[in-house]
Amino acid sequence: MSSESSVLTAAPRTSAWLQPHRIVLILIAAALVLASVFYMRWDWLPGYLPIAIGGIWRTIWLLLASAGLGIMLAIPLGLVQATGPKILSVPAKTFCTIIRGTPLLLQVWLLYYGLGSLFPQFPWIRESFMWPYLRQAWPYGLLALTLSFAGYEGEVMRGAFAGVARGQLEAARAFGMSRWKIFRRIWLPQAVQRALPTLAGETVLQLKATPLVATITVVDVYAVASRVRQETFVVYEPLLLLALVYLCITGIIVFAFRKVEGRIPTRLG
Amino acid sequence: MSVEGAANIAPGQAPNGAAEAIHIENLHKKFGDLHVLKGVSLSARDGDVVAIIGGSGSGKSTLLRCINCLENPTSGLIRVNGEEIRLKKDGHGHSVPADRRQIERIRSRLGMVFQSFNLWSHMTLLENVIEVPVHVLGVKRDEAIATAEKLLARVGLAEKRDVYPAFLSGGQQQRAAIARALAIQPRVMLFDEPTSALDPELVGEVLKVIGDLAREGRTMILVTHEMKFAREVASHVIYLYNGQVEEEGPPEQIFGAPKSERLKQFIRSIG
Repeated sequence: MSSESSVLTAAPRTSAWLQPHRIVLILIAAALVLASVFYMRWDWLPGYLPIAIGGIWRTIWLLLASAGLGIMLAIPLGLVQATGPKILSVPAKTFCTIIRGTPLLLQVWLLYYGLGSLFPQFPWIRESFMWPYLRQAWPYGLLALTLSFAGYEGEVMRGAFAGVARGQLEAARAFGMSRWKIFRRIWLPQAVQRALPTLAGETVLQLKATPLVATITVVDVYAVASRVRQETFVVYEPLLLLALVYLCITGIIVFAFRKVEGRIPTRLG
Repeated sequence: MSVEGAANIAPGQAPNGAAEAIHIENLHKKFGDLHVLKGVSLSARDGDVVAIIGGSGSGKSTLLRCINCLENPTSGLIRVNGEEIRLKKDGHGHSVPADRRQIERIRSRLGMVFQSFNLWSHMTLLENVIEVPVHVLGVKRDEAIATAEKLLARVGLAEKRDVYPAFLSGGQQQRAAIARALAIQPRVMLFDEPTSALDPELVGEVLKVIGDLAREGRTMILVTHEMKFAREVASHVIYLYNGQVEEEGPPEQIFGAPKSERLKQFIRSIG
């Protein structure tokens, strides 16, 4: 049994974390942080902290919801482009081309100012249970971000599905798996595994697409920073803090994807 | 030859007492204009080891792949364990399995081993071996694991159970693929050139495993280029030439006293 585990666990790396070059870098970073704490204005921060936290929460929520819903749309979009009949693959291809070929800002505005101003003209929509939501801005922001993510990731998933080795699907067929089982057990897991490194990057890009919803009155963390600037005329400090917030969220995303990717070791070549 | 119309004659017991495992009659396969199989017949009873030999393009892999309908035959009769595979014409005039459930059930009792191994790369060896028993045949997971461990030990890969295929040599992967095929307790094992993609020094270890299976009386259909091996393990050898059976018989006759001029030439060229 011990020989089994030795196959999987690499020998522990000798820990020499505090090397000279690292100490120098840490000191420089600490100096930068201290300088910005003592020489810049942060007196506005306590007053805006509650809405800033609300904004961070809204940004993260928009990211998770749009990426989650988007990938659920992207999987069928990619699948029909990889194998589907023309009647499905052509619309899917068209959708992905339109989404990828137009600016996201335009999509956000078309949905919010276009669709959003069309809805109130129909009384049955105004009377429906959806109206309390459709009156707000965030559903349009979320919809635009979701469609955008689906459009880009649909292409990624098309490549990922097409890249799974035919022989492995054939083996699944040869052992009597049904089509659905082949998809669920073999094809999808391998396609997702292949797509993960790309999806990590795309999710980071999606995070940085979220500030566009601030243009349609959704108060995300970017909108909070703008508000601080307008009300206090403090320009750089909120922007610096904003950069730090996005950097931290990006770090978390990259870390999470690394964890998931690391579950299945891959060997190149 | 109409596939649906073929009479389902005398399934089950064959003359010498062993049950018929595979029966193929007048099988044709066309890829577009290319006529790959031109009326091939083949029969294997339980315990038989049928070796199919022939040059490249002779249709031997296609013949094997028709048995579990990885390729749909254009016409002809295929019976597996006495059960005839029902085929129908689809909208384009291609013949396809009439009953998907039937073909899936038949496939789940035929253990196929491929030239390029085709292990599922996102699963460890153990997961590869238990996949079909657990998710197709409905075997309980812990039972499947116990069986899989025995099978992996048998092919000499007990310590590699938690390793992913990409980290193994070709010979190890092919042995694992054989364990995966054995795990479904197959009525018949189908080998599609199992050593053709291996480095020469790895061929021996795979042939040894296959030879052991043949000696313990497993029913096997084996497409191979290893003539010496075919002569050792086969009970019946079929030489395909240009989509037709050119000559068939026991290995001593095929390799020792071939009648057909083409077969003589083939044996000379190979070995």
